[in-house]
Amino acid sequence: MTIEIAQMYKSFGRTEVLRGIDLTVANGELVALLGPSGSGKTTLLKIIAGLDWPDRGGLAFDGQDWLQLSPQDRRIGFVFQNYALFPQMTVRDNIAFGLTVRPRGERPAKAQIASRVNELLGFLQIDALGDRYPAQLSGGQRQRVALGRALAIEPTVLLLDEPFGALDAAVRRDLRRWLRGVHDAMGTTTIFVTHDQEEAFELADRVVVMNHGRIEQIGNAATIHDAPATPFIADFMGATIHLPVAVREGRIGGAGIDAAHLPTADLPNGPAQLFVRPEDLLPIPDPSGPWSVSSVTNTGSQLRLILSDASGTEIPADLRRRSPGAQGLTPGVRVHLRPEAGSVFPAETV
Amino acid sequence: MSAAAAPSVRARRVLPGFRLTLGTTVLYLSVIVLIPIIALVLKGAGIGPGRFWDMVTAPRTLASFRITIVAAAIATTINAVYGLLMAWVLVRYEFPGKRLLDALMDIPFALPTAVAGLSLTALYSANGWFGALLDPLGLQVVYSLGGIVLAMSFTSIPFVVRAVQPVLEELDPAYEQAAATLGAGSWTTFRRVVFPAIMPAWLGGVSTSFARSLGEFGAVVFIAGNLPFQTEVASLLAYIRIEEYDYEGAAAIALVLMVLALVVLLASNIVQFRATRHGGRSL
Ligand SMILES: Nc1ncnc2c1ncn2[C@@H]1O[C@H](COP(=O)(O)OP(=O)(O)OP(=O)(O)O)[C@@H](O)[C@H]1O
Ligand SMILES: [Mg+2]
Repeated sequence: MTIEIAQMYKSFGRTEVLRGIDLTVANGELVALLGPSGSGKTTLLKIIAGLDWPDRGGLAFDGQDWLQLSPQDRRIGFVFQNYALFPQMTVRDNIAFGLTVRPRGERPAKAQIASRVNELLGFLQIDALGDRYPAQLSGGQRQRVALGRALAIEPTVLLLDEPFGALDAAVRRDLRRWLRGVHDAMGTTTIFVTHDQEEAFELADRVVVMNHGRIEQIGNAATIHDAPATPFIADFMGATIHLPVAVREGRIGGAGIDAAHLPTADLPNGPAQLFVRPEDLLPIPDPSGPWSVSSVTNTGSQLRLILSDASGTEIPADLRRRSPGAQGLTPGVRVHLRPEAGSVFPAETV
Repeated sequence: MSAAAAPSVRARRVLPGFRLTLGTTVLYLSVIVLIPIIALVLKGAGIGPGRFWDMVTAPRTLASFRITIVAAAIATTINAVYGLLMAWVLVRYEFPGKRLLDALMDIPFALPTAVAGLSLTALYSANGWFGALLDPLGLQVVYSLGGIVLAMSFTSIPFVVRAVQPVLEELDPAYEQAAATLGAGSWTTFRRVVFPAIMPAWLGGVSTSFARSLGEFGAVVFIAGNLPFQTEVASLLAYIRIEEYDYEGAAAIALVLMVLALVVLLASNIVQFRATRHGGRSL
């Protein structure tokens, strides 16, 4: 039961929202769509569900052309960002909805529906809430009901749009683990959308990073974190410090930057940009270094340094407070920079 | 500081002007609405139960009630269906002239009812635009129950449209999308998801439309023909009683109409309250 999306394009008026999406999701996989606001995640999810239509491109499910099918015939479990529970129905009726609207011939008997709903209530750990109305539930409980309603129809694919978006951090963590459990127990192919990197990497088998209607990289935490495919990904993954460097014979050099030990991935000679995370940047005291420490903030376990150069450019660097390298870094001290890790991109691509 | 010594705090309202606005509202309601109603009730009560009963059960009066209620019920049924449809079309579809149609919806409210009655009569009389078409088919609208229904329906349809429209506009499309992904067809989605959401507002509009139709006078008298026992509505009969200086007779009829309208509005409010109790939408 694989989903294949090929060369999908979609515009709203003059806004190009999807610009050539190619993605294959394997049976039983749990995939996260990660990307900044407006990158087209919801649009892609809606097209898969049949709630919107692409201008061009293919969408196939096990070889069957889904663009020919109405949403009713795709059997999608869709969990909306604001849950969209039917307010006039009890939790029980909400969950049963998908079964009760089946055509007469395929509709399970009343007793069968009731027992299926009970089963789901138990499975989702909301036994006690069956007779409540959505307005009488907390956000996390609504989330569970929404998932129960989607699961009741035994969906071919489960789609979740920012399922934990409206919840606080502790509840998010709980539900995240719980959702992973639900997925592993049900084995339903699942795609979910999120803004939250930690959530994406913790929960998903594969993470698809989108930007401006394109897929920039597909991978797991290690590959995306350590080997970002594009400058956007590097920046998105927290490498927000961009240092101008030069590549010569496979080595990286720059004024006051000691980066010769970093791999360059066979970059051609020429100017380049080095993307580094603040925690990977080690300032080394050096009287002739071009940078000087302009402030030090102690956050308990960490020191956050702000470094500035003669032109007034400021960059942050984070160090463990007890690390040996942190000693002696006080305001006014001159330093050069030693990035412990980073990614280099040719200057013209940045 | 001990608890006893702590000064007590008086809760203050955040919005200023509560007393002034409430006072004005109550005064206004009293002068415009409440006092005339009380006067009417007192007048009716002064008649005495026996005579009151005789008055409202007199054959001509009973006939006028029957005609009024039947016509109002038919007009309201038409408005209930057609008003809902109008609201749906105005909210859900984009088409040229939509804004104009939307503005036209208010004409029945803006037009003096007598003018509405006159133009309807002109249109539907045997030599009017519509009448000329209907007459050969044996359908006589003017001077018949049909005419009364037409006039009532015309003057009260905006109640339904304007009640449903905003609620429909506010309805999150995600509900319908959710229903679609769960396999519900468009009719099932309307019946089980959309309609329950707009039902309270719709019912409110429908009952107001009925209450208004019960008392409709200006538009009806021109088109009804006003034959006692056939096309004479209750509000007209009350007017005739006043012209005959029979104030008590007029008050008795008016009182019955008012109680009828209040009962309908109350019943609809109860249903609406039950429907919105669980966080559904209310008007
Ligand atoms: N119905 C619509 N009409 C016009 N533009 C739309 C419509 N829906 C979405 N867009 C535009 O398409 C772009 C992508 O929207 P989409 O909702 O897919 O983003 P997203 O990645 O889900 O963002 P977020 O994380 O903020 O939810 C946005 O620029 C948005 O303004
Ligand atoms: Mg979105």
